[in-house]
Amino acid sequence: MCLAIPGQIISIDDSNPEMKMAKVRFGEAIREICIQWLNDVSIGDYIMAHVGTALSKVDEEDAKFTLDALREMGESDYL
Amino acid sequence: MKDPRKFNLQCPIPKTEYAHILMAHGGGGRMTCHLIQELFIAGLGNEILDMGHDGAFLPPMDGEVAFTTDSFVVDPLFFPGGNIGDLAINGTVNDLLCCGALPLYISLGLILEEGFLIEELWIIVQSIGRAAEAAGVKIVTGDTKVVEKGKGDKIYINTSGIGTIHPGLNINPKHCSKGDVVIINGDIGDHGIAIMSARQGLEADIPVISDTQSLTDMMMSLFRNQTGIHVLRDPTRGGLASALNEICDSSGTGIRLHEKNLPINDGVRGACELMGFDPLYIANEGKILVILPESEAEEALSIMRSFKAGKGSRIIGQVTSDPKGILCLETTIGTTRIVDMISGEQLPRIC
Amino acid sequence: MKYIDEYRNKVLVDNLVYGIRKEVSRKWTIMEICGGQTHSILKYNLLQILPAEITLIHGPGCPVCVTPVNRIDQAIVLGGLSNVMLTSFGDMLRVPGSTSDLLSVKALGGDVRFVYSPLEVLDLAEKNPEKEVVFFAVGFETTAPAVAMTVKQARNRKLKNFSVLVSHVLVPPAIEALLDSEESRIDGFLAAGHVCTVMGTSEYIPIAKKHKVPIVVTGFEPLDILIGIYEVVKMLEKGRYGVKNAYTRSVRDEGNQAAQELLREVFETTQSEWRGIGFIPASGLKLSGEYMEFDALNRFQLDVPSTVSIGACIAGKILTGQQKPADCSEFRVRCTPEKPLGAPMVSTEGACAAYYRYHRTTVSTL
Repeated sequence: MCLAIPGQIISIDDSNPEMKMAKVRFGEAIREICIQWLNDVSIGDYIMAHVGTALSKVDEEDAKFTLDALREMGESDYL
Repeated sequence: MKDPRKFNLQCPIPKTEYAHILMAHGGGGRMTCHLIQELFIAGLGNEILDMGHDGAFLPPMDGEVAFTTDSFVVDPLFFPGGNIGDLAINGTVNDLLCCGALPLYISLGLILEEGFLIEELWIIVQSIGRAAEAAGVKIVTGDTKVVEKGKGDKIYINTSGIGTIHPGLNINPKHCSKGDVVIINGDIGDHGIAIMSARQGLEADIPVISDTQSLTDMMMSLFRNQTGIHVLRDPTRGGLASALNEICDSSGTGIRLHEKNLPINDGVRGACELMGFDPLYIANEGKILVILPESEAEEALSIMRSFKAGKGSRIIGQVTSDPKGILCLETTIGTTRIVDMISGEQLPRIC
Repeated sequence: MKYIDEYRNKVLVDNLVYGIRKEVSRKWTIMEICGGQTHSILKYNLLQILPAEITLIHGPGCPVCVTPVNRIDQAIVLGGLSNVMLTSFGDMLRVPGSTSDLLSVKALGGDVRFVYSPLEVLDLAEKNPEKEVVFFAVGFETTAPAVAMTVKQARNRKLKNFSVLVSHVLVPPAIEALLDSEESRIDGFLAAGHVCTVMGTSEYIPIAKKHKVPIVVTGFEPLDILIGIYEVVKMLEKGRYGVKNAYTRSVRDEGNQAAQELLREVFETTQSEWRGIGFIPASGLKLSGEYMEFDALNRFQLDVPSTVSIGACIAGKILTGQQKPADCSEFRVRCTPEKPLGAPMVSTEGACAAYYRYHRTTVSTL
């Protein structure tokens, strides 16, 4: 339920149309993850992986926006 | 994944009639003698072992004697970075070093399962020989038994070791004192993750390999220059957390670790995040915790870093007087939490 | 590691704590639903830096903790059968049933194995045709799609020796049950970010509206949890209620539609028992239609009595947020991680185990 972590896609294997797989790198560890439920992913994208399946693509722009806002927060209000 | 058995350069296997261990190899008769001669004496022989007595005649030793024993059961037997043979020597050698002793002599007891491949036994024996040479110890006596198929797990090894305590050293967890620093000689978690990766089929660009190694040269140099060391411990099963908790329990002092100072390589980090492991609890096989007064730390680090086994040495924490008997961790976000003893084995989690 | 380390950054954490302190003007009780969030709160000791006005209560989002006793007993019976290979996530192996646990079954010779992913079980079944390979499927909506994929693949590959002991439960009905309870003292919720990554956020809108509570979809790193708390506090201070997504890097409002479709194809909802809480209608999943043949309960005759209550364990009160582990008379006395009386002490993210490991109440200053 809880332990999903972000990893970067390094290769894709779509030989099984019902179970599209990718090799995903987490730090230096590499694991095969099923990416069947993600429509538009490519090598280099970050995905959230849980028990060998990719649940979503990480919205990198959104992450940057949030972190930037938090950096500025300090003395001023967060949105 | 590459077969870890092929990591070892090997001499060709001695000529034996059988490819597998049979019950007769443990029977004490001709086949036992042949096994001992062709494999063990050939791979490990020295002037004491070659005498072929039931026990070893050791020359007189200078000073107080340290004595330790350890047994080794590991699955898989061959893993990235080594095999059970490496563990069997390095583990006992490092235990002697943790007593402040120069390791000298090792006994080797093997329990083999009927059907075990003699080729694999030979690779393990060669590893034992190489590890002993690197550690500066001699295998002086041994024993081999064979159990029926299904009653053992291929091979179990016991090693006991003797060494002489370095003059001036008085290693005892009770000497752990407020203001001491805690040093470790390199990355944590390598061995446990190497084993887990081999079992779970976890790949990596740069595979995590076991850190199994003997620390003799580095520690003897440290002993010669530093007699103010209070505590030594090798953080094997249960990792740093277990070793340091035991020290806190014995000494009654507290220890405070700094998360940002913990040396963890990216391979171990990735595997831990994926499986939900805490690196503090993962086994190491070539690491040592050195606790000594802060005034001696700089010199100790300089000595340790001059050896390959100590290149990554750093201070990871301090000994405190409060809270008593408790191991704490200052997290990367500046808060502090308790690091408790683990119950049983860490298992990969979904939550 | 990218998208992990940034959310464990001290400067950003300090900024957020400052923001929370500025907003808060009175006491609020907030429940984090997910056990992984509890784990993070205690691992990073967020209680040390949160203002005293905020009380955090640990909710029932520990699928391991809430798995009913008789389901564990069923898994134990299966693991003990000589022709069965019982596979499971690691978390479940130590959870006590009524008299035993899966690790003990393994110790006595049962073929019990843990896996990281249910998809690994397909290979195990193919490579061991002489064994009946059963997967003990535990978890919330985050995990159920992986199990659904596994079952669908098993059907496609015509595997005859594979089945699933299903124990999936759903979060929204549990939240409703908590809020419907008269003893509920929860002002706001941190919803489980990875459940919402699959299911989206819409299921929580009617709940927030009906009970007039803020529900903020929250992640799992310390910064994520503080962001979630900050958003809940802001809404509470302004008297607002509703659903806000504070884990937008992972969660889309509509969730993962393909995963949801697969869930609908393979499972249907059913009444489910929650250990320590009781039966909640439409709160669990079972295999449906052509997938029912993979249900282990249809394959095996399992004669397991229904749930027995476990003596002194106050799991129910802890899981509904009414009491804390330290309130339990057995906590640290007869109930420890080595000898747990109930699941919240066994599972590493169960409230009691997490408290035991990370936060000793006898230590006043750290």
